[in-house]
This record gives sequence, C-alpha cells and structure tokens, in this order.
Amino acid sequence: MEAKARRGSLLLYLRQHWQLYVIFLGPALVITLLFKYVPMGGILIAFQNFNPIKGIVGSQWVGGYHFRRFLSSPDFMRYLVNTLKLSVYGLLWGFPFPIILAIFLNQIKSKGIKKKVQTILYMPNFVSVIVLCGMVRILLSVTGPVNGLFHSSINFMTIPEFFRPIYIISGIWQGAGWSSVMYTAALSNASKDLREAARLDGANIWQQLRVVDWPAIKDMVVIQFILSAGGIMSVGFEKAYALQTDMNMKSSEIIATYVYKKGLLDGDYSFSTAVGLFNTVINLILLIAVNKIVARMNDGNGI
Amino acid sequence: MADKVFKVISRVFLALFVIAIIIPMLYIVVASFIDPVTLQNQGLTLDFKKWTLTAYQRVISNNMIWVGFLNAVIYSVLFTVISVAVTMLCAYPMSRRDFRGRGFFNAIFVITMFFGGGLIPTYLLISDLGLIDSVWAVVLPGAFSVWNMIIARTYYRSIPNELREAAAVDGAGDVIYFFKILMPLCKPIIAVLVLWQFVGMWNSYFDAMIYINTDIKQPLQLVLRSILIQNQPEPGMIADIQSTAARAQLAELLKYATIIISSLPLIAMYPFFQKYFESGVMVGSIKG
Repeated sequence: MEAKARRGSLLLYLRQHWQLYVIFLGPALVITLLFKYVPMGGILIAFQNFNPIKGIVGSQWVGGYHFRRFLSSPDFMRYLVNTLKLSVYGLLWGFPFPIILAIFLNQIKSKGIKKKVQTILYMPNFVSVIVLCGMVRILLSVTGPVNGLFHSSINFMTIPEFFRPIYIISGIWQGAGWSSVMYTAALSNASKDLREAARLDGANIWQQLRVVDWPAIKDMVVIQFILSAGGIMSVGFEKAYALQTDMNMKSSEIIATYVYKKGLLDGDYSFSTAVGLFNTVINLILLIAVNKIVARMNDGNGI
Repeated sequence: MADKVFKVISRVFLALFVIAIIIPMLYIVVASFIDPVTLQNQGLTLDFKKWTLTAYQRVISNNMIWVGFLNAVIYSVLFTVISVAVTMLCAYPMSRRDFRGRGFFNAIFVITMFFGGGLIPTYLLISDLGLIDSVWAVVLPGAFSVWNMIIARTYYRSIPNELREAAAVDGAGDVIYFFKILMPLCKPIIAVLVLWQFVGMWNSYFDAMIYINTDIKQPLQLVLRSILIQNQPEPGMIADIQSTAARAQLAELLKYATIIISSLPLIAMYPFFQKYFESGVMVGSIKG
C-alpha cells in the first residue's frame, strides 16, 4: 500500500515537474551520457584486439594481454617515470609560488600599485599554449636572445635534460600569477581587526603571517594541494606535445603523448586504451589516497 | 628590523617576477619590427632605419591567419553559448533541495570528474557519430562542465528561496522564473563562465587537431602551431623569396609578427574582462 502511494506521489511529482528533468537537466544529461558514459563502455576494447571494421561485438577478446604488453615494456616504464617526474617536480617547484606572490602582494598598501602589479601577473595566463611554446622556442633557439646573453650556442630544445626545467619554469611564468588570485582574495578578506590587534600587540611580521595570513589561506592551500597531487598522472597533453622535438623525446615523451601517438597515429587502439585506463585508475587511487592522508593530518577534514 | 627585511625581500621578489613576465613579451614585440638579417646578426636594435613592417604585411596578407581567426571565433562563440546555457540550466534543478533524484544525478555527473573512457574510446565514438571533421566534434563533448555547474549551483543557493515561492504564487512556473527572475540576478556568474569558456576554447588545440582534417576549418591555434611549432609557415608567406637562408630568416621573423597579431584580440579584451577576475575567483572558491 505504502509503496504504491509513494509511487503515486512520485508520478504526480514528475508530472508536475517534468520541465525540471526535460528542459533543465536534459541537455546536460544527454551530453554526459553520450560523451562521457558511452566512451566508458568503450574501455572494453582495452581487453580486445579491437578491429574498427568488426566493432566491439566482433573483435577478438585477449584479456589482460595489452596490459602485460606495456607493463613489461621498458619504453613504457620510462614514459611513466617521465610523467611522474614532470608533475612531481612541477608541483614541488610550482606550488609555493602563487602563495608567496599572494602574501607579498598583500603587503603592498597602495591599491593602485597593487592593481598594476596584478594586471601584469595575470597576463601570461591568457597566452595560449601554442604561443607560449612558440615564445619559448624563439627565446631559446640557437640564435635566440638567451644564447646571445650568455654568448653560447646551446640548442636547448634538443637536449632532454632541459625539457623539464623549460616546462616547469615556463609553467610558473604563465600560471603562478593567475593561481595566486584566490589566495589574494582570501588574504584581502582576512580579518582586518585581527591584523590591527596583532600589530598593536607588537607582533612582528612573522608573527602576523602566522596568526593572520596563514589561517586565512590554510584551507585553500590544503584543497589546492590535494587537487594537484591527485592530478599527478594527468599531465596535460597540449604543452608537452608542443615542446617536444625528435631529440628531447627521452624526457619529453609522457603517457598522454604516448597514448595519442600509439592510438591515433599508429592505430593501435586497444593498446592505447589500455594505457589510458591504467593512467586513469592510478590517478583515481592517488586522489583517494592523498585525500585520506590530508584528512588525517587536518583533523579528519579532506574534501 | 625583521619587518624591514621582509618588506625589501617581498618588493624585490615581486619586481623580479614582473620583469621576468614583461621582458620576453617586450622582446617579441620589438623583434617583430626588426629586419630579419639585422636581428640575426646584431639582435635587437633601436636603430629605427633597420625596422620594418615586412613581417606584418606578409602575415596579414596571408589568408590562413584570417581563416584561423574566423574559425576560432566560430568555435569559441558556439562553445561558449552552448556550454554556459547547458551549465546554467542544469544547475537550477541541482540547486533545489526539493528536486527528486538530485543525489542520483549528482553522482552521475561527479563520477565523470574522476573517471572517463579516455582518448581512444571518445575518438571512436565521435567517429561512429560521423562527427569527424565537424565543428560539433570540438564543441559538444566538453560543452557540459560539472565543475562550472557546481559553481553555478552554489551561486543559485545564495539567492533567497522566497523569491521562487513568491513567483510561484504569482503563477510563474520554473521556466518563467528561471529566465525572467533568476538569470538577471546571475549576470556576474554568467560573465565569469563566459570568460572562462571562451578563453579556454580560443586557446586550445588538441580537439581540433585530432578531429578536424580540412585546412579551411582549422582554428587559429592550429594555424599558429604550424608556423610556430612545426616551423612551417603558410607557403604563401615566403614562397617568393629565392635564397633558402633568407627564407629561413624571414620564417623566423614571421613567428614574432604572428604571435603579436594572434594576441591582439585577447589583449584588447583584457581590460574589459579584468574586472571579473576577482569576482570570478570568489564565486569559484565557494565549495558546493
């Protein structure tokens, strides 16, 4: 009886509120199901020798063959290490800059100067990956200004050892200012009374930072760190690919570019999908693990 | 004392950072005007007799740049309109605590933030749908952003519920309420999402690279890619030059002019959307 009544009231609810499902939720749901969930089904081809002509139904099943294939390949191990190094170093070097910039910016009393500095700091964020990498290639070319400055003729783009520093430094150049926006916003919202009180009590700058500034951004820092650490395996394709040359491949080939080349250029669909799946799963595990660790450190509060 | 030291360090650090940002940009701007031979032999010079507009003339008179611009506008406008509309619409029921199935739909959406089919299955789907070489392959798959939906949902929740109840008493249904009352109140968040989505699409190249094969459908970033990254200037830009060396020098100079010209629209828009930066971050930082 009760179940029937509940079903009846649900039907009534749906009849009254069908617009919420069809007009409002509908488009997003269709896009999500079609472009996100259908490809999840497509992951099955990682366990096949997928043949586009035969389709998923007709292709031969091979179980974990492709996973064994790349896990036992020395090349793959190098790409995995390249990916990890690129993102871990990128995180360690890049993470503090926005925080430092925000804290320093917050010390500037004059609104006008602060605004001008911010304008410049945010600008590189709007430069596209292609233009950024184009600039890097120009500035670092054999006849470029950097070599001119040191009277050297190093071809930076062809030397594997330079790939990561170039990638990370240009990343800081482009992103640090923009990433500092939210810290800046949080700091400028930090209690003015508290700062004033601390100053009147004779607190020096370090004590002020510890009592006023740090608490204002601490949660944000934790969240950002979790998000970045959780994304360690998802190094973007676009920039790495645009900074690759035939010569620096030893350190510039990462999983994302490898998946692209294997899958779309060589047509090894199943293998490429298997590598991609491996990457996604590791990423997921990392995110959960980091969240757990931070939650333990942060009195049980992760995100 | 410690305060003074800190003050000095902080100012110096900021100054260095600002200089480090400006110098490379300035270099490209100045270099773009200099005669290629002079640039290669002497580097930058303020001897204006050596300055030239050759590179700009060649880039501007080349069709592919303009085709790229036009396509980038088409892709970016389509993507922004669809994406912001879909996101704002979806966030409305998701913001209502009385919406049945909210938890279920939320789970469906959030899962896609952490797990997905990956490159190849997505590519095969696009291919099966017959969307290869179509604008829609670039525009549609990423048109719904769960992250932006969460931000919009949070924003809706800051608007008092009484407004909707009052509208309902006056006989306004959800559709009327949404378009007539809710949307006008959401201009700040709409502006922020428009900015993010537009710039994001304008600057990306991956999807267009894998899905678009026809030259005349290429967005600006792909045209830039062949000039800046692959060292392949559009043939028309340098074809008339005989010597290989001169051609290489000119190709180098074209890069500078190309960078400047391609950046002009965003530079022009920069002051306009700058005022949304901080408000954008404020709405973005509220957790859903």
